[in-house]
Amino acid sequence: MEIILAAAIGVLTASGVYLLLRPRTYQVIIGLSLLSYAVNLFIFGMGRLRVNAPPVLEPGGVGDLSRFTDPVPQALVLTAIVIGFAMTALFLVVLLASRGFTGTDHVDGREQRHD
Amino acid sequence: MTNWTHHLLILPILLPVMVGAAMIPIDERNRMAKGVLGFVSTLALFILSMVLLRIASTDTTLAGNGVYQLGNWPAPFGIVLVLDRLSALMLCLTSGLALAAQAYSIARWHTAGHHFHSLFQLLIAGLNGSFLTGDLFNLFVFFEIMLAASYGLLLHGSGPLRVKAGLHYVAINLAASSLFLIGVSLIYGATGTLNMADLSVKLATLSPNDRQMVEVGAGVLGVAFLVKAGMWPLSFWLPTAYSAATPPVAAVFAILTKVGIYVILRLSLLVFGVGAGASAGFGQPVLLAGGLLTIAFGAIGVLASQAMGRLAAYSVLVSSGTLLAAIGLGHAGMIAGALFYLVSSTLTIAAFFLLIELVERGRDAGADVLAVTMEAYGDADEDEEEEEVGSPIPGTMAILGLCFCLCALLLAGLPPLSGFVAKFAILGGLFGLSGQQTAPAVSVADWTYVTLLIISGLAAMIAMNRVGIRTFWASIENTVPRVVVIEITPVVVLLSTCIFLSVQAGPIMHYMQATADSLMNPAGYTERVLTAPRAGG
Repeated sequence: MEIILAAAIGVLTASGVYLLLRPRTYQVIIGLSLLSYAVNLFIFGMGRLRVNAPPVLEPGGVGDLSRFTDPVPQALVLTAIVIGFAMTALFLVVLLASRGFTGTDHVDGREQRHD
Repeated sequence: MTNWTHHLLILPILLPVMVGAAMIPIDERNRMAKGVLGFVSTLALFILSMVLLRIASTDTTLAGNGVYQLGNWPAPFGIVLVLDRLSALMLCLTSGLALAAQAYSIARWHTAGHHFHSLFQLLIAGLNGSFLTGDLFNLFVFFEIMLAASYGLLLHGSGPLRVKAGLHYVAINLAASSLFLIGVSLIYGATGTLNMADLSVKLATLSPNDRQMVEVGAGVLGVAFLVKAGMWPLSFWLPTAYSAATPPVAAVFAILTKVGIYVILRLSLLVFGVGAGASAGFGQPVLLAGGLLTIAFGAIGVLASQAMGRLAAYSVLVSSGTLLAAIGLGHAGMIAGALFYLVSSTLTIAAFFLLIELVERGRDAGADVLAVTMEAYGDADEDEEEEEVGSPIPGTMAILGLCFCLCALLLAGLPPLSGFVAKFAILGGLFGLSGQQTAPAVSVADWTYVTLLIISGLAAMIAMNRVGIRTFWASIENTVPRVVVIEITPVVVLLSTCIFLSVQAGPIMHYMQATADSLMNPAGYTERVLTAPRAGG
């Protein structure tokens, strides 16, 4: 499972960074989204991967640390998801405003000359 | 501290959040009411930070004082707010700057868009939270609040230029936030704690593998802050964004770079201080090299700038570089001077940002462009008639010119003003003049720093002279700008504060020295945080 998660984070980050460096605003925003998914998975992974271990105590169960997974990274991920999502929404607005002002979706507000 | 003063610690965050939220439903036509409400709230904050400053400078020796446990959970488990001399100083600086910028905005700039005052309050809340929190992830949250508000404020006034700068600003900060999260989670993964004090205690006991992971995490985290602070290869967004922002926003942005500096200073001395064993002094070579390059880049930028806005923005970079390199050099004696420089340069740059717009108001568009390239630029059509409030001041040009001269002296660091005192204090610390018995050996890096610091002052002087002559002497067809009292007052107040800093340099340096001493001995801080008793128990 570790290798799958690691590969997923790697692929997401690589695609995210690649798209972030592209000249179109839409590519940039998709890149940022992919990057934030990668980061969220990474935070999750930092709590170590445990199968069948809940992050909360069960009613009536024994509070034995070896049976539970670390709840803190999951709480952190939640916060990160919310903030990341809000920021992406805000970025969309800026993107649309920029498109409206300049008439192009190039990040610099004008097309590059190809001659 | 008695019970009620204990709760003062949460107010710098709570008050602006609540006032900012309360303003949102108020109709934009009552902008003036919002402005006054915001101003009163910021004024209350300013008084509050003064009280906290007083508490911090007298009362923090006892365990548990100045530590506020949110939700009443003790330190490594719950989130804590920590007041110490440094955070109290930053709170004062924030609210003082915000007060000036807000008063300035009431004259005309807050009419340029919606929800200016709400965003402004939220920005203050984010800043205050970042300075007070003692928890890394909580720092991320406040950082994001601050950034979200700053996106809105940068875009305030709209227009193609601002939206383009805003797009770059948002993109680079979102990427930096990702790095922030990666760094924080790496640190958590290795140490199992997010509390800064706990982290500094745990670091010494880690296995080499875990220690390496913490260092990687701290490195990634540091990059996020260095983007904010504007260290050289990460700073190309800054001049465009800062010069595109409306003047009151640019003025308050002057402290945004200092948040990055604050966190780096705090973490490098707390976590990677003397007690960190093999990790002590981690990252300092990078800070030093980056800082020196930033000073050089900033100074070249200052010389190359044709518009005053860009000149001011590059001065921000010079200021950042000076501070980063001072942290990177790691001489204990320099920290106090660096803190003094931080306060002085922030106030100066903010005053300069506010002043620029007043001066440029009366000028031909393009008058700041060098004669050679003048033809390349058309007249900017920005002559929007905006409703102004208040009465114009007499002798406008004289007052503006005087303020400009003060700004020039402060930026260049010439005597007798606080810019000089600050640089002198930094260099004095470097050469061991500050009461130390044995002068430390002065290395090549030190000499480079000294040279760059002085050259950057010279660059600022040349650039300011050039701009000043073109603005105040060489222009023939100038109309005298219409400046109202409420616009010039904040500039005058900020500059008078700098004069006050120079006059009262003794007691203030004393405070800075005490701050630096407590930063260099993080044991007191960690003990205070980790042994703080729970309320009501």
